[in-house]
Amino acid sequence: MRSLTGMHLSMSPMKLVFILLGSLIVLFIFVPLFKMMFSSSPASLLDTLGEGEVAASILLTLYAALLATVIGFLLGIPLAYLLARHEFPGKRLVEGLIDLPIVVPHSAVGIALLFVFGQRFFFGKVFHAMGIDFVGEVAGIVIAMLFVSVPFLINAAKEGFKKVDVRLEKVARSLGASPWQSFRRVTLPLARGSILSGTVMMWARGISEFGAVLILTYNPMIAPILVYERFETFGLDYALPVAAVLVLVCLVIFVTLRAIAHRWEAK
Amino acid sequence: MIEIKNLSLSLGGFFLEDINLEVKDGEYFILLGPTGAGKTVLLEAIAGLCPIKSGQIKVNNRDVTLLGPEKRNIGFAYQDHMLFPHLTVAMNICFGLRHRDESKREIEATASRLAELLGISHLMNRKPDTLSGGESQKVALARALAIEPELLLLDEPLSALDPETREATQRELRQLHDQLKVTTIHVTHDFEEAVALGDRIAVLGNSHIIQTGTPEQIFRSPNSEFVARFALARNIFEGDVQDGRSGQATFSVGGTKLAVVTDLRGQLHATIRPEDILISRKPLASSALNSLSGTITHMADKGSIIYLTVSVPPDFSCLITRRSYEEMGLREGMTVYITFKASAVHIF
Repeated sequence: MRSLTGMHLSMSPMKLVFILLGSLIVLFIFVPLFKMMFSSSPASLLDTLGEGEVAASILLTLYAALLATVIGFLLGIPLAYLLARHEFPGKRLVEGLIDLPIVVPHSAVGIALLFVFGQRFFFGKVFHAMGIDFVGEVAGIVIAMLFVSVPFLINAAKEGFKKVDVRLEKVARSLGASPWQSFRRVTLPLARGSILSGTVMMWARGISEFGAVLILTYNPMIAPILVYERFETFGLDYALPVAAVLVLVCLVIFVTLRAIAHRWEAK
Repeated sequence: MIEIKNLSLSLGGFFLEDINLEVKDGEYFILLGPTGAGKTVLLEAIAGLCPIKSGQIKVNNRDVTLLGPEKRNIGFAYQDHMLFPHLTVAMNICFGLRHRDESKREIEATASRLAELLGISHLMNRKPDTLSGGESQKVALARALAIEPELLLLDEPLSALDPETREATQRELRQLHDQLKVTTIHVTHDFEEAVALGDRIAVLGNSHIIQTGTPEQIFRSPNSEFVARFALARNIFEGDVQDGRSGQATFSVGGTKLAVVTDLRGQLHATIRPEDILISRKPLASSALNSLSGTITHMADKGSIIYLTVSVPPDFSCLITRRSYEEMGLREGMTVYITFKASAVHIF
């Protein structure tokens, strides 16, 4: 009886229209990815993955994005906490600024970074003196990824911190915990689900970056650039398996980490 | 001894000014005030959890005004308990002990001793979200007491509990205090709670401490309209509860005996809400009711309602609408009958 009533309710015209429209957008995302992955045979996918250049580019992508995420974590978590806990003049401005990388075209981001970290410019010179160059180097990939992906971590962590009642921290302090200890023993564990899912999002966004990296570091090639290059040079048939492998790798990592983050958040 | 001198603070649009309090060693001190009077903020300021503008806070002759909360050794329990949701009950209780120079054995011993004292030993491995309101209240208390605080601050500890748990917890708080003698400041908006628990009461309102004194002093001689609103309008009597007829109890105050419904016996307080008292020119006959005759000694006009003081004795505050007042043609000096149900008398 209950399922019958449920059926009856679910068939209201509005729900029907919404399901129809929702299905369209789901298919729009699903079909191209699905078709791409299955238009190459499993054997050719394995072959592609075995190719030195492809494997190297995928590893480089994962590694550079991971490095960007670590840096983003160290610098972004403190900021996220400040934004979640304190009111200060210019806070809205800072929050707007944090969201900016999401809306700025990423080729423009590459140019902007070049203007700061290029060897002709001040910061570029400072880092050069320390032995770090950006243009045409892995470091260039890392800062491009960091720039475009760190908003995801900061925003997720900020929301996570906001959900931790400030009075829990106050109780911890009254029980003898220093600000550091209360952060480590109370705030961080309680926000860890949001922080982890933000970290995963940041890493994933870093892996998918193309435009900004293209401007700063064409070589060594990250996987998205390799796809682009094969497409430009050899055409669709050669780009396809690489793209398929890349999507597959991303999918596996992303789904796994999302599942872990979800479980943490539920706790 | 806790001394708070000339404490002022402002928070957003809200402020407290010139707060002076002295709480003696082992005293159960009540901070009474309406919702929004800033009681919680004042507690937070004492604990060092909220910045102050000026003033001084001394704990046992130690000036803690400039110390961080972690160095004050002041236990704090919030109204909604604020247990750490990611930790078990045992870990919650032990939380503060981890910051001390104590062995694991000593920590565990302290925790289980407190758990036993509060009757929560069976909950030690549970997570806070599986506890009832009364249980988590006790965990919050045990956690605050574990650090052997020189002062215990309780923010509305009873208001988040259902009425039954509330009454039991109120008794337990008193017993616990008699046992441990921890100097305590307990914040509440409930006058009955204040009278039942407090050695002394400070009434907070309009950003100031308005009156400080024993419960007796506060409800016998309120120094202002504000305090009177809390106290006088509520008919609070101190008297003796004895077994009455047919299983009922009788509350005697002066020569007047009231039928009441309670399992408690002995020297206790009784309250009757003014709005529960019926006024009539003739006696209302019914065995389940308290019906007393008295004289109207005072009337206070509050617009559409009127407060009458009817001296039986003792004096009862009663509330009547202007319409009934005029219909009955009541005047000061007139003899009337006041009637209320035995169950309308609250014994505590």
